[in-house]
Amino acid sequence: MNKNELQKVVTEVRKGIIESTYHAKSGHPGGSLSAAELFTYLYFEVMNIDPKNPKDPDRDRFVLSKGHTAPGLYSTLAERGYFDKEALKTLRHVGSFLQGHPDMKGTPGVDMSSGSLGQGLSTAVGMALGAKLSGKSYKTYCLCGDGELEEGQIWEAAMFAGHRKLDNLTVIVDYNNLQIDGTLDEVCSPYPIGPKFEAFNFYVINLADGNDFDQIKAAFDEAATINDKPVCIIANTIKGKGISFMENKAGWHGKACNDEEYKAAMEELKKAGEAL
Amino acid sequence: MGDMIATRDSYGNELVALGKEFENLVVLDADLAEATKTNKFKKEFPDRHIDCGIAEANMAGIAGGLSTAGFVPFMSSFAMFAAGRAYEQVRNTIGYPHLNVKIGATHAGISVGEDGATHQCLEDIALMREIPGMVVINPSDDVEARAAVRAAYKHEGPVYMRFGRLAVPVINDEASYEFEIGKGVTLKDGKDLTIIATGLPVSEAVKASELLEAEGISARVINIHTIKPIDEDIIIKAAVDTGRIFTVEEHSVIGGLGSAVAEVLSEKCPTKLKRIGIYDRFGESGPAKELLKKYGLTAEGIVKTVKENM
Repeated sequence: MNKNELQKVVTEVRKGIIESTYHAKSGHPGGSLSAAELFTYLYFEVMNIDPKNPKDPDRDRFVLSKGHTAPGLYSTLAERGYFDKEALKTLRHVGSFLQGHPDMKGTPGVDMSSGSLGQGLSTAVGMALGAKLSGKSYKTYCLCGDGELEEGQIWEAAMFAGHRKLDNLTVIVDYNNLQIDGTLDEVCSPYPIGPKFEAFNFYVINLADGNDFDQIKAAFDEAATINDKPVCIIANTIKGKGISFMENKAGWHGKACNDEEYKAAMEELKKAGEAL
Repeated sequence: MGDMIATRDSYGNELVALGKEFENLVVLDADLAEATKTNKFKKEFPDRHIDCGIAEANMAGIAGGLSTAGFVPFMSSFAMFAAGRAYEQVRNTIGYPHLNVKIGATHAGISVGEDGATHQCLEDIALMREIPGMVVINPSDDVEARAAVRAAYKHEGPVYMRFGRLAVPVINDEASYEFEIGKGVTLKDGKDLTIIATGLPVSEAVKASELLEAEGISARVINIHTIKPIDEDIIIKAAVDTGRIFTVEEHSVIGGLGSAVAEVLSEKCPTKLKRIGIYDRFGESGPAKELLKKYGLTAEGIVKTVKENM
């Protein structure tokens, strides 16, 4: 896909995020929107996957370690054809296969249940190790939140991945500098992020604008050339990206639009789509 | 009764046997291979033994990830760390997605001995049996422990296995013993009362019944190796037949076998019950056998509690 086509897709992904959380009357739009380009690029450009065969043992894997941004993943999976987009309106409803946090048993395309922060990366490491042990060539991608790096288990997993030289693992950090209680440096700074992953024997790529497809492409192209250690892409993003009144506001971490905000957000996305 | 062997050794030995048969079996450890006895597997299959370092939470996640890639991981550590330290990882990353991970937890209970309270896990059965879909097995001797490891491999879904550090007598006959997950075993019949035991104290319960018999008290002995799913039928039948139940476990009486039996009895067949175990306290340092004596988990201790509660 060219950049314009990807931008069209990501605009639809954003609509799904707003739509699903609006109908759920809850959920996490801020971090879903910041990572929308990352989700889109992974599922439409990078990963070797087939929505018709979501359990293919040779498929590439994705673990959403920051599981609360499930609306971003679900909207991307629906856009990619794993399930009907109408289902997004059932997010967080009783009996829905779209749980508040990813449930691999219920949702086609979800490779791992996640949501308790810090745990997803360990499972991604297990998948990458599994490929090494069985001689398979699939790759594993894991998206972590920046606030999530405050969890100690992240560094247990990073230590193991670096120690085992798991070059089939790519960790992406959605670096939007906001967590529930404020900015990361106000709450409990995990900075500097890059040198920490380097110290754990990762190859680190700083992605200056993680909401720009050209730069995302360059980062993933560079990551693909690394064959002796795991890769960490630190993607600078804007929380709430794409909805002007949500951008860079910690308050939009975990709340949905009211009727008025929903209309304004969808109108903004409609215009953004028409301009492409 | 024959040889003395610790069930942690049984775990290590059976992993080697299974490893020869099944290539998708992998063993994870957290720098305790010498103690959990997975070092035997490591020697035989170095490529399939993954030492995760001293990081049990991460080990649980790696086990979960490996299980989605077609492997059957046996994650191994002390009960304190497998069920305690990694509790939430086991619940959310293994239990919730019902992944095919087996947890081999050694050094359970007070019989850890000299290391003391920080390493004597008395709460793991309670923690593990609350997780939906988790099978919880606490074998009593070498024959049963090896059969349990094999059954765990064949079972689809998460299994928690509890093993001990202390050598215990072999009480089951290898040739005739049949292990079935969820099926209790009647070791001795009796009509006045029933002693239901699990794990290490099972052999002591058998001895206790012999001592009681000499005093004219007829005690049935049931071995509950699977705490979950628990064998309700064998418990209810014992309650109906003997009218009085004693449970014996090397675990807190809160949440363990005693609680599980109380749940069955109070809902289905209210019966007088006395739980023998650790009463709402931490353990302490000391030789294992002295601690078992102090906490009433020897044959003599069981006899004493039985007589006090007749």
